[in-house]
Amino acid sequence: MRKVAIIGIGAVKAGATSKELSYKEMTYAAAKLAYHDAGVDPSKLQSFVTLAEDMNEGTSIFDEYTPDQLGAAQKPMHTLCHDGLVGVADAAMQIASGLFDIVVVEAHSKASNIKNKACVEAYALDPNWVRPLGIPAQALAALEAAYYIRETGASGEALYEIVRKNKGNARLNPFAAYPKNTTFKDYQRSPSRYTPLRDIEIARHADGVCVLVLACENYAKSNGSVPIWVEGFGWATETSSVESRNWTQAAYASISAKRAYRMAGVSDPRLDIHIFEVDDTYAFKELQHLEALGIFEKGDAWKKTLEGETSPKGAKPVNVSGGCLGLGETLETKGLYQIYELVTQLRVKAGKRQVANARRGLAFAWRGVPTTSGACVILGN
Amino acid sequence: MKPYRKVAIVGAGITKFVHKAKETPKELAWAASKMALDSSGLKLSEIDAVVHGTAPDAFDGVHMKGEYLAEASGGWNKPYLRCYVGGGTGVFAPIEGWLHIASGAFDTCLVVCEEKMSNCQPHPQAAFLTIFDNFLERPLKPNLLWIFALEMNRYMSTYGLKIEDIAPVSVKNKNNAMDHPSAQAAERLTLRDVLNSEVMAWPVHRLMVSSTTDGAAAVILASEEKARSMTDKPVWIEGVGWNLDTAYWTNRDLCYPEYVEKAARMAYEMAGIKEPRKEIHIAEPYDPFAYKELHHLEGLLLCDKGKAPEDLALGRFDREKGNLPVCPSGGLLGVGNPISAAGMMKVCELFWQLRGEAGRRQVPGNPKKAVAQAWGDLMQVGTVLVCGVN
Repeated sequence: MRKVAIIGIGAVKAGATSKELSYKEMTYAAAKLAYHDAGVDPSKLQSFVTLAEDMNEGTSIFDEYTPDQLGAAQKPMHTLCHDGLVGVADAAMQIASGLFDIVVVEAHSKASNIKNKACVEAYALDPNWVRPLGIPAQALAALEAAYYIRETGASGEALYEIVRKNKGNARLNPFAAYPKNTTFKDYQRSPSRYTPLRDIEIARHADGVCVLVLACENYAKSNGSVPIWVEGFGWATETSSVESRNWTQAAYASISAKRAYRMAGVSDPRLDIHIFEVDDTYAFKELQHLEALGIFEKGDAWKKTLEGETSPKGAKPVNVSGGCLGLGETLETKGLYQIYELVTQLRVKAGKRQVANARRGLAFAWRGVPTTSGACVILGN
Repeated sequence: MKPYRKVAIVGAGITKFVHKAKETPKELAWAASKMALDSSGLKLSEIDAVVHGTAPDAFDGVHMKGEYLAEASGGWNKPYLRCYVGGGTGVFAPIEGWLHIASGAFDTCLVVCEEKMSNCQPHPQAAFLTIFDNFLERPLKPNLLWIFALEMNRYMSTYGLKIEDIAPVSVKNKNNAMDHPSAQAAERLTLRDVLNSEVMAWPVHRLMVSSTTDGAAAVILASEEKARSMTDKPVWIEGVGWNLDTAYWTNRDLCYPEYVEKAARMAYEMAGIKEPRKEIHIAEPYDPFAYKELHHLEGLLLCDKGKAPEDLALGRFDREKGNLPVCPSGGLLGVGNPISAAGMMKVCELFWQLRGEAGRRQVPGNPKKAVAQAWGDLMQVGTVLVCGVN
């Protein structure tokens, strides 16, 4: 395969709301930053990918509204219904196929426009078998959390530690929507939303936009940017039906990672990868995903978390950006904010939150309830 | 543009296209996928990745419809990806599948498109209201018939065309569809029947509009090495092209689809086609409305601007006698229009035609090269696929 690099990144600050700005204006702002960062004349961009879901946008066939703010009118452009990381994979495939040399990936969240999130989520449940039961989609995460906690014995202290770590990490990230110093008391006092999930351990939605520019090796080396290589990618869906899924393993994460590791030539992710951005839409998901990705043995992640191994100064820094808990849950943009962080780290431009000696990073994003879909991207400098 | 490696279509499948399918969307997707797999001889376990194409979630009333359809499409525990470009999805989905394999990331890919429009009661037209700009256009309560009537009017007035010049498209396609086992709207009609049908929005007549349909269609793609080991009749994907124009459709001259031309040029360049009118033997342009077939033939550079109706009148597009058979399947007008599955139906048709397996629809003279095209969004996107056999 042809080598592919990320040569430009642009994002706006994630926020609980983004008043007086449309998604188009926010996207335009992020795109300008990304194109400038890449040092590319926008007229030279060849193809574009957006990640979006109709009902999150409130518009059917949303891809109609994607080109103008990116400078993509009358160019190849399409939309994918997946996390931003699959957009990175798609752009990499476009370049690897030989079709294009420079491709743009964009995702945005205007979650603050969604008046009733639970109602939209309910529409993602099977209309014949599950929706009539009236179970909120969020409750599926709670069932999974209960199962996971029973199987691994993960303690409340460990779940608190993830909340404290990620919201704390976010304090050093200028893009984060929900930075906070959290105490164990805050955790204990936080009301139960869907037992055993407490309010504080559920990531809150945020608005945001992230735009990336990818290029082939020749272009990346010739245009004077600092290329960060896309070394591997993988994505997978387990099943949409709640009846037949595996409730404990996050198989979608292990299948995605296996493909990405093989592609990147990673034989042991615990040694070969130095920094991790792993989906923490719910605090327990960070643990479950780390185990599914093969970073820790099953049932060990919570212990290692308590030992500080996943803190920014630990052996395996996880979610230095603040993750979904600290930066915000930004719908399809989740994975692109992860990539933004990894590129910044691998360029050694992360300032106070810079992780020492990081040469290879992993991003993993999950699509959220009620899905079992996830994607993994490995970057190296 | 030199693709990294060659990709072939090695199997195809299609459900019946009907008005109100008893099957759920999942069952439709499953049926088409199964048929395509069986025709290729591959097992689901031998498929590396699955691509799904389906248009608005509003039809099925399911948020994240791609996720909902995943396992029925064979995406269980696999890389599974839903792509869309509105009505252009049916021809874009195999392009997405092509990317999967041409990049070297995968060797085999199942591509399935499904649409169940009848779930939307009383008529999917209401769901189409939500495709318009929520500030500028939705308050005007536009519908698709109106905006396409605008485009048809513009096409006619620019080139001085009459309705009689365009209506024969319906006669031809609905007649061709008589030989398609999946067809929903096949009919033997006269020009007078079409002209006498109800006017929906001037100048669009009822028999010049495709139906709303439930259905699914699928193809199996394989890398060159894999394809050669499986079949002695691989149908090569020789060119791919797609192009999305601005969302501000009111700023566009609707008389000519520039975005289709750009997509076509991209596909022809990749396929090494310099003179499409000589080199293309079969065309399956997107024909949700009678005038669209002609409009698109011009965009595909297969006719001069404004001259497609003349070629039609001279019989150039006839399946048996014409030098460029157009919509031998029966098209959307004849077979039906389950949005994304309609585009995929056209790709399936190329597969069967180029393999000489189209039965009574077979175009004579051993056709070697064919083009399929779909169109969608706000009269905005063109997707083009060129296929060929050696």
